[in-house]
Amino acid sequence: MAEMNILEAIRSAMDEEMERDDRVMVLGEDVGKKGGVFGATDGLFAKYGEKRVLDTPLTEGMIAGAAAGAAIYGLRPIAEMQFADFVYPAFNQIVSEISRMRYRSNGTFGLPMVIRMPYGGGVHGALYHSQSNEAYFTSTVGLKVVAPGTPADAKGLLKASVRDPDPVMFFEHKKTYRLFKADVPDGDHLVPIGSAEVARPGKDLSIFCYGYMRTCALEAAETLAREDGVEAEVVDLRTLRPLDRATVLGSVERTGKALVVHEANRFGGFGAEVAATIAQDGFEHLDGPVTRLAGPEVPGVPYHHDLEEWFMIGPAKIVDAARALAAY
Amino acid sequence: MAETQAQPRHAELGLTDQDVLDMYRAMLLARAVDERMWLMQRAGKIAFIISGQGHEGAQVATTWPLRRNHDWLAPYYRSIASAITFGMTAEDIITAHLAKGDDVSSGGRQMPGHYGGAPYNIVSLSSPVGTQVLHAVGIAMGAWARGEDVVALTSYGEGTANQGEVHEAMNFAGVHRLPVIFVCENNGYAISVPLEKQVGGLSVAARAQGYGFPGVTVDGDDPLACYAAAKEAHERGRRGDGPTLIEARVVRLTSHSSDDDQRRYRDPAEVEALKQQDPLVGFGRQLRELGVLTDELDQQLRAEAKAEINEASRRAEARPEPDVSAAERHVYADGEA
Ligand SMILES: Cc1ncc(C[n+]2csc(CCOP(=O)(O)OP(=O)(O)O)c2C)c(N)n1
Ligand SMILES: [Mg+2]
Repeated sequence: MAEMNILEAIRSAMDEEMERDDRVMVLGEDVGKKGGVFGATDGLFAKYGEKRVLDTPLTEGMIAGAAAGAAIYGLRPIAEMQFADFVYPAFNQIVSEISRMRYRSNGTFGLPMVIRMPYGGGVHGALYHSQSNEAYFTSTVGLKVVAPGTPADAKGLLKASVRDPDPVMFFEHKKTYRLFKADVPDGDHLVPIGSAEVARPGKDLSIFCYGYMRTCALEAAETLAREDGVEAEVVDLRTLRPLDRATVLGSVERTGKALVVHEANRFGGFGAEVAATIAQDGFEHLDGPVTRLAGPEVPGVPYHHDLEEWFMIGPAKIVDAARALAAY
Repeated sequence: MAETQAQPRHAELGLTDQDVLDMYRAMLLARAVDERMWLMQRAGKIAFIISGQGHEGAQVATTWPLRRNHDWLAPYYRSIASAITFGMTAEDIITAHLAKGDDVSSGGRQMPGHYGGAPYNIVSLSSPVGTQVLHAVGIAMGAWARGEDVVALTSYGEGTANQGEVHEAMNFAGVHRLPVIFVCENNGYAISVPLEKQVGGLSVAARAQGYGFPGVTVDGDDPLACYAAAKEAHERGRRGDGPTLIEARVVRLTSHSSDDDQRRYRDPAEVEALKQQDPLVGFGRQLRELGVLTDELDQQLRAEAKAEINEASRRAEARPEPDVSAAERHVYADGEA
């Protein structure tokens, strides 16, 4: 076991996959000599050279579209969007092309490719360096969407994503990059796409979360146990699409109460899908309203520290929401 | 030194008599397929058709230098003749337009005009214009990254040339000198909007200079000129000297599509005059002048194209309809053999 943070885990996943398979390449803005603005690709350029770690022009549509072409050609590109907030110029390629290439070609063209994107707030990034825009992609059929919350999951899921025959949107919460270190299994560590994890067992209510919210929910669960005697089960979804329905519904069956937490705004957010799944298919186990805790309905995370604090979901807000739900 | 006899134009380009006749044959076949699909559309067998009539010379000639099943093509919705030149059969194309279940492009999932086929190295095409240009560049990037001798060709219209993704594609191809050929088939209209309202400076080819690679304008009604440009572009790509932009000035002989009526925005005299610019007629005349084609041979080739299209249509129509129970397949690779 090696201790590493999420950033190191991501880097080592790419390194191992590039070493294993010479069809794997990395492309994006500043991913070469600089090693990425967050350092995720640090060292890869020196090791694999400029043709496998490609500094692209400042053109997100090109990054996604050329990655698609390379995947058609038989490579396994890992494309980096510098920030999830800047993916929109590539939206056409992702939604019109990448997500539906397999279907529209009747299964004759698949696109094994990964688009990595740092997302999320809490780093003073304001409206355009903080977005949690996963719902655009979770609602797009043909994409897989992954959002790990631990170093081991970041590494294992990224390696699985690179090997996946379909396009994977890989969301990395930038606040978690260096937040903590944890053990990552040695060897060829893979975490299957589509499996959630019960991060903390509990009997009183279930908290469904992903990415940075896992850390917040676990902290909230400790507070609830200590101060309220409420045992919250924390379920880290890890993959948003395909959703691990069995683990979600199994947890609700045990606890009877569901709190869905994400940083993105509530209206039409990914939590709505989780909540609807529970409401429809876990109805007989419920003994409280399926509850969502989500970012406020404003167009982005505002900059000033107090404003950002107001926006962000953290352990305290989760504790409050869980208390209200536990009271049923 | 003996004075060398001036060679016929096609021979100077390294084309044999048979080559140019084969090019002509491909144009005739593409036209025959196109005309047949209009008939099928009027008969209610096809919901919609978008025609390549007038573009055939440029399409056959620019695709001609490509190596089948080796190079790659990312075409657009008018690319009947390019697709035929690159290996698709008349039957494939009619099958796709009839949306039959075993259509090689999409199994009946895509509407007419969405050429593609994995067995032919033709990228599956979508409807938002210009997206395919980046796919060709990505393929060229893959070949470049791996040091493989592969060239990608992509085609699109002059209206599409203004899309941001086309700019992104050309700039990137220019930066890394990727082996890609951009063929802009400029027919003067994007549906109803004429060139003057579409392209600042009126030249698409001139833009190449800004990306650091050659841009040439060719007469799309002169297939030999188109071939010469494409051959040079193909060699440039293979040498590692980067992309080429070819702007082929062509005519759109039909309305934009079966849903359009060009008399609403095109001068009747202009529409009438188009008939004089049919590349099939022009190339036929050229081949006669070169002494390659005779009236008898022309008639024979036309009869062959007609027979081929009849046979292709008969077989395509007999193919199975898509299986509705399979409509959920191929969303993801999971669970597929
Ligand atoms: C992104 C996008 N916008 C609009 C359309 C509708 N549309 C289809 S073809 C076309 C005109 C294209 O003209 P041009 O690029 O010149 O090609 P041509 O049809 O003349 O060959 C338009 C507006 C589309 N398919 N995609
Ligand atoms: Mg046009």
